[in-house]
Amino acid sequence: MSSASTSAKQAAPASTRDKPANKAEAAADWVDGRLGIYSLAKANLRKIFPDHWSFMLGEICLYTFIIIILTGVYLTLFFKPSMGEVIYNGSYAPLNGIRVSEAYASTLDISFEVRGGLLIRQIHHWAAIVFVAAMFVHMMRVFFTGAFRKPREINWLFGFLLLFLGFFDGFLGYSLPDDLLSGTGIRFMEGAILAVPLVGTYISFFLFGGEFPGTDIVPRFFTIHVLLIPGIMLGLLVAHLILVFYHKHTQWAGPGKTEKNVVGMPLMPVYMAKAGGFFFLVFGIIAAMSAIASVNPVWAYGPYRPDQVSTDAQPDWYMGFAEGLIRVMPGWEIRAWGHTLNLGVFIPLMLFPLVLAAIAVYPFIEGWITGDKREHHILDRPRNAPVRTALGAAWISLYLVLLSGGGNDLIATHFHLSLNDITYFVRIGSFVVPVVVFFITKRWCLGLQRRDKEKVLHGRETGVIKRLPHGEFVEVHAQLPQDKLHTLTSHEQYEPVELPAEVDENGVARKVGVLTKTRAKLSEGYFGDGNQIPKPTAEEHKEITSGHGHH
Amino acid sequence: MSDDKLPVAHDAAEGHGEAAVAENPFADPGLPPHEPRRTDIDERAAKRAERQVSLLFLVSMLATVGFIASYVSIDSDKIVYIFPLGHISALNFALGMTLGVALFCIGAGAVHWARTLMSDVELPAERHAIEADDETRADVIQQFKTGAAESGFGRRKMIRNTMIGSMALVPLSGVMLLRDLGPLPEKKLDRTDWNEATSDAPIRLVNMNTNEPMKPEDIVVGSLTFAKPGPSASRPAGLQESDEDFQEAIAKDALMLIRIQPNDIKDADSRDLGFEGVLAYSKICTHVGCPISLYEQQTHHALCPCHQSTFDLSDGARVIFGPAGHPLPQLKITTDASGYLVATGGFKHPVGPSFWERSE
Repeated sequence: MSSASTSAKQAAPASTRDKPANKAEAAADWVDGRLGIYSLAKANLRKIFPDHWSFMLGEICLYTFIIIILTGVYLTLFFKPSMGEVIYNGSYAPLNGIRVSEAYASTLDISFEVRGGLLIRQIHHWAAIVFVAAMFVHMMRVFFTGAFRKPREINWLFGFLLLFLGFFDGFLGYSLPDDLLSGTGIRFMEGAILAVPLVGTYISFFLFGGEFPGTDIVPRFFTIHVLLIPGIMLGLLVAHLILVFYHKHTQWAGPGKTEKNVVGMPLMPVYMAKAGGFFFLVFGIIAAMSAIASVNPVWAYGPYRPDQVSTDAQPDWYMGFAEGLIRVMPGWEIRAWGHTLNLGVFIPLMLFPLVLAAIAVYPFIEGWITGDKREHHILDRPRNAPVRTALGAAWISLYLVLLSGGGNDLIATHFHLSLNDITYFVRIGSFVVPVVVFFITKRWCLGLQRRDKEKVLHGRETGVIKRLPHGEFVEVHAQLPQDKLHTLTSHEQYEPVELPAEVDENGVARKVGVLTKTRAKLSEGYFGDGNQIPKPTAEEHKEITSGHGHH
Repeated sequence: MSDDKLPVAHDAAEGHGEAAVAENPFADPGLPPHEPRRTDIDERAAKRAERQVSLLFLVSMLATVGFIASYVSIDSDKIVYIFPLGHISALNFALGMTLGVALFCIGAGAVHWARTLMSDVELPAERHAIEADDETRADVIQQFKTGAAESGFGRRKMIRNTMIGSMALVPLSGVMLLRDLGPLPEKKLDRTDWNEATSDAPIRLVNMNTNEPMKPEDIVVGSLTFAKPGPSASRPAGLQESDEDFQEAIAKDALMLIRIQPNDIKDADSRDLGFEGVLAYSKICTHVGCPISLYEQQTHHALCPCHQSTFDLSDGARVIFGPAGHPLPQLKITTDASGYLVATGGFKHPVGPSFWERSE
């Protein structure tokens, strides 16, 4: 009580600052007094970011997302998310007098009546295609360099969720115009939902407000597409960026770079100009693409009717691997006791998220195998983590094999191949190709590790041939400079975990759990003999260099 | 989880400086000295870079003017030929290119500015451990324990349990609210408009394109014709595009009519369901519901363009390739007194993709 009364007598806190030098400082002081911006800016205005071309991949994701939001808001001003029927009567003559939905008619109006509407529609669609592609490539960069390791596992998951939601928002987006292609995509989705045991028909009826296609699906998809999913994505994106700032960026190994520092240039001015400028570069390129390359010409497809379809009906590229799963799966059906279990559709439906989840949980699996609880801020070169790199390459190959399955009709017509053969290839290839790619990639990495070792120990080939007094020709090798030597030898190499002895010191048999054994096996597979090349040691180097440079 | 197998962390004393290098050839030599760029030392080069940046910004301004000029001056239906793009919308091309150039040049200018004129000295910044120190950790845990103890959450079990119960129940309201999203499936997926047909009140097959009833002689061998239901008690004018539920109805009613020489029909049941070699199959693929549209008249194979399920229409629409799980349902057809093709009942099996309640 007494302390409260004394503090009440004191004057409220007031600024004791000197008078600001100019109007700008005065304005900043005013904002600081209310938002505390100086403390925030102190840590961030000159924040250091390392420089490497691969670090801009994430920026492309961010910028395309912003472009999608900007153009998407514009499109909502003209798009009518309604299945109400109208007779089309506009400047696209071939469709005049045809019964279409308001969603389709308003998409045509955006494309033909609204000046610049077609451009914005195409920028929106192109940006979405680039957005998902950029997320993929960004994720691969993070994967192959080990940037997902502690403390960044949670940010990896945020990123993965953004990718997953990006898939679905893209799908919902191209479903909205109610054209023949998008309706076919929705029909496919309905068929997939129907394959879910027990509840499939109920989910379908609730989603469509009755029988397919009904009149509810477009307005419902619209709300999910423009509000629900982008809202969640925006939240995840902000969290993703906050964590990037909080963790500080990873960096490549090199002279002067350690786990305890980050070397680069400051946010203000260099990265404000570079990153800010890069936004305009990305936007400019996508705008130019949209000027010259048509994407999703819905007027050519015509309005949706459930009994009509066009050939080469394809989803956008990112759904291509799911399309591949559904196309190459054998048509297994179990019919018994008055029920049908449609495995031919249900299994692909389950594999779709599983393929993605496999990559999402990888950081936790690798963390468990290595047992490494330290923070990692120095990136791995892909060759120095052969098994991880090989697993990533195998995953990509599976993705690509399935993608080619999703485009089997186009491959067949463009390359004059048998559609059936492509399908059989994908069925077998989904199992075989990733294994082959795994082994090739691993050996490739090991070969590159050997080459690094060779360079460190014997120097680089100079191309100068020297004749020795006794007539032998040798190529002169030049020692690598100190910074190169350091960079090539600074990576860490794990040793495989060993199981404890089968009997303890008293001769009593130890119980070793299955998990412990599995972990030891995996660890051996990652770091055991032949699965990584021991990096050169200083002793080896000294021994060789003391021999006057020739070998 | 033994830590003894982890690689040894770099010794802080290991790196940095000449002395360390003498002992360890792989030691970190430290940050290399900054190498100045041409624009750092040559004022003329710097001036040139400055002009280049300004030029890019100037081009951007001109492009924006061009955008506005295009917007007001080019008709939206004007088509121009531009090599190698072909015939494209003049307005879309002009707006896209001017906007693209306006944006790109801002970006190019900013990046060029950063690369040539802003400092490119690399600076190190310290990282700090993400983990809190032990003192902070202990402090927070203590605070939490104090808060938990003051709430009495652990001690007053009745409050705790009822609260958990109420929190667990309250989302049920939200789930209930979803019930009216749509009606229950009931038997809707098992029935089509053809189910209304009986031998006393058959439904004619109507050509999808001409809207006319068809006679068997209208269907020639090797052709593929699409059909929909004609007049019935509930649809006196037959299924029409203007019907409120046209889309839902056609998604199930659509028929493919083909004619095969009766001797070429391998499946006897299928032959009996047809009329003089005219067979009526559901057009909706049994895989995920795309309309089947590609027909090879010599092999009698029908192919779904979506996922390439292939059906042998001469053999009861058996699946011969692709992901479909069962044959296309066939509609029994005959002719009425006037000689028009009619259906006298519905499909024996539900049309379209499989679902859990589907029985066969």
